Amino acid sequence: MKLLLEIFNLLALGALAAIPFLNTKVRGILALAVISVQTFLAFIIAISVFNFGSFEFSYQGSQIIGLIPVRVDYLSAWFIALISFTFLTGAWYGFQYMKNYREQADNIALHIAAFILVYTALINICVVQNGLIFLVFWEIMAVSAFVLVIFENYKTDTLKAGINYLIQSHVSILFIMLGFMLIKMKTGSFNFQAITSFTAGQPAIIGVGLFIIFFIGFAIKAGFVPFHTWLPLAHPAAPAHVSGIMSGVIIKIGIYGMLRLLLLIHADMLAIGYFVLVLSVITGVYGVMLAIVQHNLKKLLAYHSIENIGIIGIGIGLGCLGLGYNNQFLAVAGLGGALLHTLNHSLFKSLLFFAAGSVYRAAHTMNIEALGGLLKKLPRTAYLFLLGSLAICGLPPFNGFVSEFFIYSGLFGALISDHSTLTLVVLFAILGLVLIGGLALICFTKAFGIVFLGNEKPELHTNLDAEKFGSTIPLYAIGGTIVLIGVFPFLLGSSLQKIIGLYQPDFNLNAQSLNSMLQQLTNIGWYSLAFMAAILFFYLVRRTVTAKRRVVADATWGCGFVGKAEKTQYTASSFIRTYRKLAEPVLLIRREKEEAHGLYPNSVQQKTHAFDRIEKWFIDQPIFYFRRFLQRFEFLQNGNIQTYVIYGVVFIALIVLIPYLIDKISLVLNFLNQI
Amino acid sequence: MVSFLLIILVSFFFTGFVIRTKSIAGGRKGPGIMQPMKDIIRLWRKGSVYSSTTGFIFQIAPTVYFSSVIMAILMIPQGNSPGFISFEGDFVMFAYILALGKFLMIISALDTGSSFEGMGASREALFSMLVEPAFFIIMGSFALFTGNTSFQGIFGSLHYGSEVSYMLGLLATFVFVLIAMIENSRMPVDDPNTHLELTMIHEVMILDNSGFDLGLIMYTTNLKFAMYGAIISNFFIGMLPFAFSIPLFLAILYFHSYFGVAAHIFWRFVGVRQICVAFFMLNIKY
Repeated sequence: MKLLLEIFNLLALGALAAIPFLNTKVRGILALAVISVQTFLAFIIAISVFNFGSFEFSYQGSQIIGLIPVRVDYLSAWFIALISFTFLTGAWYGFQYMKNYREQADNIALHIAAFILVYTALINICVVQNGLIFLVFWEIMAVSAFVLVIFENYKTDTLKAGINYLIQSHVSILFIMLGFMLIKMKTGSFNFQAITSFTAGQPAIIGVGLFIIFFIGFAIKAGFVPFHTWLPLAHPAAPAHVSGIMSGVIIKIGIYGMLRLLLLIHADMLAIGYFVLVLSVITGVYGVMLAIVQHNLKKLLAYHSIENIGIIGIGIGLGCLGLGYNNQFLAVAGLGGALLHTLNHSLFKSLLFFAAGSVYRAAHTMNIEALGGLLKKLPRTAYLFLLGSLAICGLPPFNGFVSEFFIYSGLFGALISDHSTLTLVVLFAILGLVLIGGLALICFTKAFGIVFLGNEKPELHTNLDAEKFGSTIPLYAIGGTIVLIGVFPFLLGSSLQKIIGLYQPDFNLNAQSLNSMLQQLTNIGWYSLAFMAAILFFYLVRRTVTAKRRVVADATWGCGFVGKAEKTQYTASSFIRTYRKLAEPVLLIRREKEEAHGLYPNSVQQKTHAFDRIEKWFIDQPIFYFRRFLQRFEFLQNGNIQTYVIYGVVFIALIVLIPYLIDKISLVLNFLNQI
Repeated sequence: MVSFLLIILVSFFFTGFVIRTKSIAGGRKGPGIMQPMKDIIRLWRKGSVYSSTTGFIFQIAPTVYFSSVIMAILMIPQGNSPGFISFEGDFVMFAYILALGKFLMIISALDTGSSFEGMGASREALFSMLVEPAFFIIMGSFALFTGNTSFQGIFGSLHYGSEVSYMLGLLATFVFVLIAMIENSRMPVDDPNTHLELTMIHEVMILDNSGFDLGLIMYTTNLKFAMYGAIISNFFIGMLPFAFSIPLFLAILYFHSYFGVAAHIFWRFVGVRQICVAFFMLNIKY
């Protein structure tokens, strides 16, 4: 196994070394081959871990780093598997997607290098058990993801979004670093085991404090509200395969961090559980509320990632509460639901982003209002997008339902337990989760219905590129997995069981709660299958019955209107108009409306822009005041090179002088003390 | 099992029964009670007109809608005797399966590219979003009340110890009847008999459906109506034997079909209508 991991890393290094000496086409093929081999190795590692148990070994680090333990346990294996699957499909899809940009050779070379690096770094993050090395890989991942995002760096918006992401991911690193520093200061070790040994000997509140520090760091990566603001900017800016990968797995590494930390930390699990649960409900509802009012398809999907992170968070919170209350059913349902939803979301979100990418490739726009009737031109993409939409809404028989059902079972299980605080909070969580489901339904009926159905927009269809079958193969692979998990969820039962076992060392595999949970999984699978069979059966009945009937094709009924039907067709804005009015107090929507005047009014228009209220409060306004404060020091920036040289000299002098002076002063003080 | 047969049976004539009662109350003779079912059967025999804008989704949506309701009915118990499908947390699957049917109907309405149907689709999506939390909170409170998390567990062990809990049952019934009225597009939320497309919700979504599909949708609506009646009657059945529970089911179904009309008249006369309209109708008409 050690050998496999080393080959995995060496492959990436070898590919990076080879990239400068190849031409663009060979580079692409090389990247594809390397990623494919790497994912193959990663799958072998993950499968063998699930079958033969976890393994670990360690490298001798330097004096500062200390020992570098590498440990692949069930949790790591789960994340390795889901990351690898998304990267495999992402690489195949990206290979097709990037053909349009073939002439930008340098840009693509950088992109390929960053792509391989992100993947390698992500897998390594999942296995290393040393804080410093973890941070190094985290940084590699963050920076190369930045390079991936700014592929179209000649566009100002893309560059801005990229820089926003870069800054925020470094704020995230700052918090994680702070956490590891604290541990290092207290115990003198970067080893993850030090977290356990340190928090075990401290009061529980210290553990909660430490958790919050790490949580903020991971939450920025994962996109919990109010740390989500980079996400809706970066996802639309990146190329489609990168958006899919970012939303599918890169933000999930934040979830991995949280789950790993929960495994290590000794703290008041109840406090953590309530904190995470409440924050996640807010995240979920807020994410989907904003998703509905978006006009950009990719931005809509990006806000949905925030929503799904909320659902995963509800699961994690519930799991923590289960651990805290020593209620095994809650722990199983919560953590199991969170893990399963992490996998499921990586599948359907990458599918949706890849499908959106195909739309962009054909129509060259992501504006939902400008799109319409694409089903006829891009049938494969359309049906795959529909599959993803149904899955993300959590509808049976697809995989989203399985994980949401898991979490629902946990929530209802918590509701009937005997803790009144828990009952109240869980009622709030149920309300949140149901609202998320309902709002997601509005959002995806809008996204799918307006983009793919209805009349074709004439101005769009004149320059619509055709769909290529090759580019949809990875999407079919994802779609197949979605249905497979939806119908046979019990295939994953034993793996989930093993991961949850890590959290409860005194875990009884024959416990009734767990068996009933697995039994439910099996039930859902069979009933979903029965449901599909029922649909098929009734459809066949309908076809046989209506086979000989007269069928006439005519125009859509227009109440006597015979003009251009596409002009009167319902638009995305009108579809969500009533919702927008209901949600207006919560959201920040700017409307510009022109009224029609006179007998022969000119053409009038109404524009709506949805802004993120939390972004305004937490990011925009503080930056505004900070800038105003900094403007006082504007005189320092006078454009004179000599002055700048002086600043540099003064800075260096201060750096050297201050420790020196402190040293001297303390010497004097010591001397005085001794007298 | 019993409830499934009962719902299927009732769905054949119940709408006719309601229409007949309305006619007699209005001083007319009215059609026979099997008339709506005859209409549906006539539709099943007819050919279809499809809009040239529509595609496969438009054709399969009514079937999925029908299957989803059938699947949901299979989960409904009759008091203590479970439905065909019964497991812990089955009401979550119940709600989500119905949501799938709704999702397909909404996108099939958008498939026609019509402005009217888009309007109906938009309202349907919004209303189902508002209704679902109510359903889950009711089921959640019943779960809390009985300590069970399946339809059969909840309804089988639901018995009212004191007078206060009868109030609970009544309140739950009130909320559930409202849910049922929204889901089945009854007055005062929606009026299926209105002549104006702008004010319809469910009916306007199916303007372009015809022939077999239209018949299927109309029959599904009947089924859904009986299904919600069955759930409401379950609030009161508990451990009652079938001899009592079946008439109770019919009585409650009958009550629930008139609840909307009764409430409407009540509000108009008592004068709280202005408040209630704002409360229930959510300015759908504007």
